[in-house]
Amino acid sequence: MTNRIDEKFTALKRDNRSAFIVYITGGDPSLERTIEIAATLERAGADVLEIGVPFSDPLADGIANQLGAQRALQAGATLPKLLYTISLIRSRISLPIVLYSYLNPIFQYGFPQFEEDALAAGVDGILFLDLPPEEGIDSSHAHRIHRIRLIAPTTPEERIRSITGHASGFVYYVSREGVTGERDDLAGSIPERLGQIRKHTTLPVVVGFGISSPAQAAQVAAWADGVVVGSAIVRKIGELGKDPGLSQKLLDFVTPIGDAVHSVVKGT
Amino acid sequence: MQPNVQIDTSQLPDEQGRFGVFGGVFVPETLMPAIEQLREEYARAKTDPEFGWQLEELLRTFCGRPTPLYFAERLTQKLGGPRIYFKREDLLHTGAHKINNAVGQALLAVRMGKKRLIAETGAGQHGVATATVAARFGLECVVYMGETDMKRQALNVARMEFLGAKVVPVTVGQATLKEAINEAMRDWVTNVRTTHYLLGTVYGPHPYPMMVRDFHRVIGDETRRQILAVEEKLPDLLVACVGGGSNAIGLFYSFLDDQNVAMVGVEAGGTGILPGQHAARFQGGRLGVLQGTKTYLLSDEDGQIQLTHSISAGLDYAAVGPEHSYLHDIGRVHYDYASDDEVLDAFQLVAKIEGILPALESTHALAYVIKHAREMPPNHVVVVNLSGRGDKDVDQLAQRLPRLT
Ligand SMILES: Cc1ncc(COP(=O)(O)O)c(C=O)c1O
Repeated sequence: MTNRIDEKFTALKRDNRSAFIVYITGGDPSLERTIEIAATLERAGADVLEIGVPFSDPLADGIANQLGAQRALQAGATLPKLLYTISLIRSRISLPIVLYSYLNPIFQYGFPQFEEDALAAGVDGILFLDLPPEEGIDSSHAHRIHRIRLIAPTTPEERIRSITGHASGFVYYVSREGVTGERDDLAGSIPERLGQIRKHTTLPVVVGFGISSPAQAAQVAAWADGVVVGSAIVRKIGELGKDPGLSQKLLDFVTPIGDAVHSVVKGT
Repeated sequence: MQPNVQIDTSQLPDEQGRFGVFGGVFVPETLMPAIEQLREEYARAKTDPEFGWQLEELLRTFCGRPTPLYFAERLTQKLGGPRIYFKREDLLHTGAHKINNAVGQALLAVRMGKKRLIAETGAGQHGVATATVAARFGLECVVYMGETDMKRQALNVARMEFLGAKVVPVTVGQATLKEAINEAMRDWVTNVRTTHYLLGTVYGPHPYPMMVRDFHRVIGDETRRQILAVEEKLPDLLVACVGGGSNAIGLFYSFLDDQNVAMVGVEAGGTGILPGQHAARFQGGRLGVLQGTKTYLLSDEDGQIQLTHSISAGLDYAAVGPEHSYLHDIGRVHYDYASDDEVLDAFQLVAKIEGILPALESTHALAYVIKHAREMPPNHVVVVNLSGRGDKDVDQLAQRLPRLT
């Protein structure tokens, strides 16, 4: 069985375009609204949806995502409810969905059961923030649910080799030392680092952390196979909150970023 | 006869930082190289006589080691049970055991060429210890502290500032130790090339639990010599409070293979063993992963970390060091708890009859002994780790306790 992530990147590659990957916190501002937000993001041009599992102690996240997780938890989000919500999202949209999580919520759920249920709900990949490959958790569905791995600016070359060896779906390059969050400037040396990573893998390599404006997104799209935008959108969702016009306003906010990513046609 | 369980505890943790199923390295990828560097540098330092000599010299001349082992004669008489000794870590420079580890890690930071130290602190003792070594070695220092703790440990905030550290208030969540660790981790991820994270307890990713234990084992090594000198036998029981668990493991470690030495770790019972009212991880906890390690922690079934409560900021934390989880599961150490009220009573008693104002953290260990002394044979010898002094708690206590009774 093919995975939606593979299909998506194959199609984008054919068009010489980069993926526009959008991160939101599951259950922010509520689980119901997450369904509406997911559908909106598909309309706004998202190629991959990354859904964060809200956690009480998100130590790799900046303030925007911390607040997103807090809102989701306050509104009653739990992992079982989120998986159910994703199954409802799955019936409405065809985008690949990646779950982005700290380990403890999944650990308490039980990993094998989580994988079964995530797969049944229509999840295509998982990314753990605090689980280096050394602490590997064995997957019984490795070929059906991709394990996205992070590579950091500090990761030395030998480690890149071992991490990519454990990765599937795509590889996520964290563009800067630090937590998630919007930044005015792009981190340095992204193209060089991508070059290094590509020596070790043929998987698509996407870049995230600190990208928020259409201009930044377009710049990164020229280098990478995908661009992740998160905090800016989570912040916007936080601002719009219970606004009945949330969908339209979110669409207006996100579409230009997606267009910027898709405007870049890469040379062959 | 006791079953002769042979556990070679000196071999733990393994290469991956595991104590049985506990421990490990659960951190964002950005930190992995720094953790690797720390592991390598520590391994080198451990076998470098120069490092050993520098550390010993600092512990002796700067910190005031060895600390006395004091026979608490009037408390012993009053309780009518075993002979009670206090290991006087409260007499160390800066007022708590925390300085043992701070000095060791500061030397490592200098060896690694790191110019900036960051730390989390709950009670403020670890923050003060870190600020102190930063001043001593000419390093920049930033300490993260929950706003709740800054209020209840205001004296220590002032001390850190006089020592030249910047104290950053953390306002999210319940604004105590756990949130301070999150914030310190965020700083470390951002400034990892220049900064050493001077973690204050036997917690976090490997090598911290092992390394911090090693820096504190001097407590137990000294106690062993001292008790043999006065009692001509090993103690029957060791008692220490357990926040992350550094003062406790420091006292216990040298005795782990002596099967006749019983050990009790005392957690914060708060106002009752109900979610949100305590910090007794071995009462309401479960296995989980938080802030770099796999261990017992207070989490709900959805994996969210629960609120905690303790009268003492230093024990008010949702997780416990992985080695303690291991010692708990193999049955080597017994873990109990003391309530806020028992601690207040114990504080007043020890102040009045021993002339010592112990830190509220350490008072948990005293409260356990006071409660159970009558069940122990009078010929037994008990050593309590007096991990710190209570000056920092005076403001808080003055509001709660009558001064003349
Ligand atoms: C005096 C004192 N004792 C004990 C503790 C608890 O830490 P640990 O369990 O690591 O010894 C603290 C922490 O702040 C402390 O200040």
